[in-house]
Amino acid sequence: MSGSPFSLWVYLAQSPLLWLTVTLVVYAVTDAISLRTRRHPLANPVLHAMWIVAAVLLLTGTPYTTYFAGAQFVHFLLGPATVALAVPLYQNRRTVLQAIVPMLAALVLGSVTAIVSVVVLAEAFGLPRDVVLSLAPKSVTAGVAMGISESLHADPSLTAVAVVLTGITGAIIVTPLMNRTGITDFRARGFAAGLAAHGIGTARAFQVDPLAGTFSGIAMSLNALVTSFLVPLAVTLLIP
Amino acid sequence: MISSLGLILLCQLIGEVIVRGLGLPMPGPVLGLVVLLLLLLLRDKVRGLAVGPLANGATEGSIEGVSRVLLANLSLLFVPAGVGVVQKLDLVAAHGLAIAAVLVLSVVVTLLVTVAAFVVTSRLVAHKREPS
Repeated sequence: MSGSPFSLWVYLAQSPLLWLTVTLVVYAVTDAISLRTRRHPLANPVLHAMWIVAAVLLLTGTPYTTYFAGAQFVHFLLGPATVALAVPLYQNRRTVLQAIVPMLAALVLGSVTAIVSVVVLAEAFGLPRDVVLSLAPKSVTAGVAMGISESLHADPSLTAVAVVLTGITGAIIVTPLMNRTGITDFRARGFAAGLAAHGIGTARAFQVDPLAGTFSGIAMSLNALVTSFLVPLAVTLLIP
Repeated sequence: MISSLGLILLCQLIGEVIVRGLGLPMPGPVLGLVVLLLLLLLRDKVRGLAVGPLANGATEGSIEGVSRVLLANLSLLFVPAGVGVVQKLDLVAAHGLAIAAVLVLSVVVTLLVTVAAFVVTSRLVAHKREPS
């Protein structure tokens, strides 16, 4: 047998196979732990998979582009998953049509709040202009937000990180926060989760209640639409 | 299963083509969602459409089954983008706390405003429908 373990590592570390496997296995473990804790908000599988994989990359000195060559196969599925939201929407079409007026009101107010609050707060905290711009579309799903960020000449990779952090934050706080307000309408709770925290909020909502998950998915897709229009407008109005 | 996955990708492709072709300021997959929804609604009207991935009943390989699998694992799909934080460590060191505070506050405000708007409007509508 020729070659040392080191040369095997050099080969594997460059191959998409290793990093795709690492992504799936780490997520499978964090998801199993989340299930074990009966989906405790703090055991969020994305949060823990994210820092564990990041730590592996830093410890092995692997560049993100090498990692992404493998992980892109998972990342790609964000698009098909958005299309797949048509199915729960179709299955619950009667419930959805009955709630069309509250949904539109919540969509407009929520979408404006999501953008204005993050821009105003970021400016108040004195963050640099390119960071403020990159944070603006943080409540919509990753692919869409990165597109918006690009059109603003902001930093799409920073936007992607902000999107994921926003999703994790929303998924962690939505249940305790909503329980505290005493609101038991799972349509409203789900809608808020999807609007504020896109796909990660929707994944959380599906864990809590199927109806909440459906409304969350609707909010996520509608918000992707509305935010694409609103962010450029808000940025010109709010940032001098 | 393959035909269902193919149909989902086809819807996304149609969405992308329309969005790019007409220069619409919206994401392709969102339009793909609309295309798939229209197909499902049309299936109930036109009998001939209920074949292959669109066949009725949520069997394993049907569009319903495949979508359920995709959506059940939705949060996995965000891991690669989140790991991108390793490229931003200098920014995290400089502004990490401020960014975290901004994101948390914004999420809380957005959740509360959205849920309140939904509940209040829902009560107003119910009130109008049955005035008593």
